[in-house]
Amino acid sequence: MTAARTVRLGAGAGFAGDRIDPAVELAREARPDYLVFECLGERTVAAGHARRLTDPDAGFDPLLAARLRAVLPHCHAAGTTVVTNSGAANPEAAGDCASRVAGESGIDARVAVVTGDDVLDLVRTLDPVVWETGTPLSEVGEELISANAYLGAEAVADAVASGADVVVTGRVADPALYLGPLRYEFGWGAGDHELLGKGTLVGHLLECAGQLTGGYFADPITKPVPNPARLGFPFADVGADGAAVFGKPDGSGGRLDRRTCGEQLLYEVDDPAAYVTPDVVADFSGVTFADTGPDRVTARGATGGPRPDGLKVTLGFRGGWLGEGQLTYAGPRCLDRARLAADIVCERLVAVHSLPEDAVEVEYIGAGAALRGLAPAADPAEVRLRVSARVPSAAAADAVGWEVESLYTNGPAGGGGARSSVTEVVAVRSCVVPRAQVRPRVTVIGSRPARRGAP
Amino acid sequence: MAVDEGSGAMTTVDELADVRAGDKGDTLMLAVLPRDDAAFGVLDRRLTADVVAAHFAPLVTGDVGRRVVPGLPALVFRLPGVLGGGVTGSTVLDGHGKTLSYHLLTLELGRPPA
Repeated sequence: MTAARTVRLGAGAGFAGDRIDPAVELAREARPDYLVFECLGERTVAAGHARRLTDPDAGFDPLLAARLRAVLPHCHAAGTTVVTNSGAANPEAAGDCASRVAGESGIDARVAVVTGDDVLDLVRTLDPVVWETGTPLSEVGEELISANAYLGAEAVADAVASGADVVVTGRVADPALYLGPLRYEFGWGAGDHELLGKGTLVGHLLECAGQLTGGYFADPITKPVPNPARLGFPFADVGADGAAVFGKPDGSGGRLDRRTCGEQLLYEVDDPAAYVTPDVVADFSGVTFADTGPDRVTARGATGGPRPDGLKVTLGFRGGWLGEGQLTYAGPRCLDRARLAADIVCERLVAVHSLPEDAVEVEYIGAGAALRGLAPAADPAEVRLRVSARVPSAAAADAVGWEVESLYTNGPAGGGGARSSVTEVVAVRSCVVPRAQVRPRVTVIGSRPARRGAP
Repeated sequence: MAVDEGSGAMTTVDELADVRAGDKGDTLMLAVLPRDDAAFGVLDRRLTADVVAAHFAPLVTGDVGRRVVPGLPALVFRLPGVLGGGVTGSTVLDGHGKTLSYHLLTLELGRPPA
């Protein structure tokens, strides 16, 4: 009797700014069937649309070319298909970029581009209720610049089925980037709820890459992680029945065990019994992990129920400008001097620069700022004042850092290390649109014949 | 895990569990993962939604949700409003609230109810 066929899925990135070298190590050492780069946060796609409005060729992940240049030779050698949502706000341009990078590497790659997530025209017509405001979209005051529906695994599976070496998408639910290849490989249907739940568990655990192998986990006292500077990215070997074994490249840093998996299972999960995706409402409440070897973990117990009728949409709005300034005080009375400095800045931002008083936020870094006042530190050795404000104009935002910097010669004694910045803000909110009105499409770039047909 | 519940000695969550923070809009999610079965027993009894809500007051704006995942085991808390404004609405540095898992670790578990 032969061993049951498994498909190896590798996690190449867990966010837009993720490291590249662990993906190269994974591609080279683990030779996965699919290498997935999840590079798209809620804000990332909206910010991409803001960039695309000023440059029609922009709007996709600026690191896409660098990532592909680094991994494609290894993927080509091992027969690995790359799947990524790096297309962000401009999947077509990202597809062209992928095709060009492959060509420069001497690889004749077939690139499949998934579109259809852009539903800006649809939401303008439907005028759905915005979750955060409870009002129709048309009544939200800020300027709407993007609307992207979370597509499911079906579109990714279709793109894989087109014989692509590289699949580029825009907004796709993160776990669906992993579930798509599984649906293609094993022929799982939209009604196979239990299998889709198991596949979604795999995608959910892998989608943040290093967060499964000791990243966002390490604590030198309670949770030591070996060689974290060389944290290895995880992979999963998945069978047709949805059974999954997780691993990471031999010799890589990090750790993979029940504890790292348990934390990641519950990461950003509101209700473990009802994890809503476009493909399935997954139920993780019965999941258990077992350590089966060094850095090897099996997961079992996931299931699922019917998918929702609607698709979640991320709406991007122009949210004004964020201005900030920081300055450090140290030694005796440092917190008192930082408070005096904050009073001066706030008074001048309102009186001289006409900022609204309630737009200005003051934080005392080192004196409990991150804990939002829950645990103030009364007598820190040093404190860093941070003043920030979100305001309608870049000029008003610039005044924040300017007023902090001018404390050098006009403010309390011993202020040093001023820094300031001004950035445009894209605000994101959510709504739902009917599934039937969203139509994913797959477009293939490249002349090379498809390397696979129907599964 | 040697926790002497009979004496009512104070212990912190930090001695019993790991906590991971996640965010959904204004809501902070905290997953509490006890380090062994005994620690789970203590936390399941004493780390109630009310205790967690009090520890994060006055930032919490609604009912704190609490779910038990027995297979791991783990407790999942949902704290509405803590991230006031979410990632793009508020201008504070850690808009995600990623640092706040370590605030829950400082929670002292009081004497068990008589």
